Amino acid sequence: MNISYMYSLIAVMVLFLLAYLGAQVTVGKVFLGFIIPFLAAITFIVGFIYRVVDWARSPVPFCIPTTCGQQKSLPWIKSAPIENPSTTGGVIVRMFLEIVFFRSLFRNTKQKLKEGDKLSYEWEIWLWVGALAFHWAFFTVVFRHLRFFLEPVPACIQIVENLDGFLQIALPGLLLSGVVLLAAVTFLFLRRIFIPQVRYISLASDFFPLFLIMGIAFTGILMRYFTKVDIVGIKDFAMGLVTFHFHIPEGVGGLFYVHLFFVSILLAYFPFSKLMHLGGIFMSPTRNLTTNSRVKRHINPWNYPVKVHSYEAYEDEFREKMVEVGLPVEKMIEPEPPKEDAPPEEEAEPPEEAEPPEKEAELPEESEEKE
Amino acid sequence: MPNNKKMYDKGKVVAGLIIFGVLITFPLWYNHLKVAPAPEPKLVGKAAKAGQECIEPKSFMKAEHMLVLDIWRDTVVRSAKRVYVNESGKEFEMSLTNTCLDCHTEKAEFCDKCHNYALVLPYCWDCHIDPKEKM
Ligand code: HEM
Repeated sequence: MNISYMYSLIAVMVLFLLAYLGAQVTVGKVFLGFIIPFLAAITFIVGFIYRVVDWARSPVPFCIPTTCGQQKSLPWIKSAPIENPSTTGGVIVRMFLEIVFFRSLFRNTKQKLKEGDKLSYEWEIWLWVGALAFHWAFFTVVFRHLRFFLEPVPACIQIVENLDGFLQIALPGLLLSGVVLLAAVTFLFLRRIFIPQVRYISLASDFFPLFLIMGIAFTGILMRYFTKVDIVGIKDFAMGLVTFHFHIPEGVGGLFYVHLFFVSILLAYFPFSKLMHLGGIFMSPTRNLTTNSRVKRHINPWNYPVKVHSYEAYEDEFREKMVEVGLPVEKMIEPEPPKEDAPPEEEAEPPEEAEPPEKEAELPEESEEKE
Repeated sequence: MPNNKKMYDKGKVVAGLIIFGVLITFPLWYNHLKVAPAPEPKLVGKAAKAGQECIEPKSFMKAEHMLVLDIWRDTVVRSAKRVYVNESGKEFEMSLTNTCLDCHTEKAEFCDKCHNYALVLPYCWDCHIDPKEKM
């Protein structure tokens, strides 16, 4: 039994109590209201940049893009320009589809033994559905939250909010993304609990962000639809927070401070955790490299000059001894009287002719033969 | 951090980080580092000036006015009941026009102040227009 989720659940519950009780006193409000959010924001920004720079400093020794289609080769072989992008444009399209629609996750499969011992592979779409719903809902909620931070509120936020509330039910009007967020994060949690293999590999650090986001969505929904908060007061406070004019909002209850504290914890935790996949997806060599390994030589950046002893040099060094014991050599020793040498010269290449051009010229001939 | 200080694809990575920085600090420069003053809704109706009290305390109205209106509408339309009795036993006619609008005459001076500020734009006004508003 994997009980790591218990640690995360307890951690989130302790954080909840900390914020809820802390918000009852003025010192607590000062900490929860700006000292912690401010430190969290700095940790997030500095930590995020640090992690990305760290990745940028790690060399990529090989050309290792994952491919799911035919690489570009000969003109008459149909290639897959997005699945196996040989151009920067193709890479951009592939990255975009990956980041926005999680294309590789869409191809997720699951292995199963059927009828006793028949191994079968099945398309498993639900992780993709859950993950996409979760990320899109999260993004939409955060985007809509900009109404608390911007004055005047840009029209695009209103458009998103209208679309999000298109059901036009409940009062205050139900915004779908908040509910989808809570439902999707719950699904992603249950998946880790109920699928044995996934439960086996799940760590406390997998459950913690899930519980934290569950807590954020839950407190947000409570505030909006049930307990109600002073939105105007909170906007005044939130605008102060992002422009460094701090003041404590009046008459705002513990739930808001819990919401804000959870978000602060999420921000501060972000750079140290798996949540950094937000930056990491852009830095993944398996996604962001062009599959041009047949066209361009990918040089390992940590190559240092290696002292090599080529076969040519080796033969030059040992030719006489090799000939002596009857080993085949590429270049015969030139005998002293040149006249007698006419027949073997056909095999061995005349030393005057440059070697590389001749080798290159040989290659197309071979491929033509294959055609 | 690896001990060599070279950044690969420096141009692209730095460009990406600049985009990240600009997006994350968007509220800061959008607001020009200033806090726009919070709205102050004004009561300009005659009844309000004559000292008329609201049906419920301000804190309750602030949080629940939309539910009050919703319940009033349903009660009037479906049960034909028109009298609202508040906590302290005072009676009011359940009517937006005859009760609320006596004090809250100007939508633009009262409702819109907070509603625009907090971007809460109910769809009621898609059909029911305020006659004073120019289309
Ligand atoms: C990771 C960031 C955040 C997430 C995921 C989040 C999530 C939510 C959700 C799901 C709701 C329910 C209503 C809705 O769907 O909009 C909500 C409401 C709310 N959130 Fe957040 N929140 C976040 C950050 C913040 C921050 C930083 C503040 C501080 C200003 C805040 C203040 C509020 C308030 C005041 C409400 C109530 C809205 C209303 O009554 O209309 N949230 N939040």
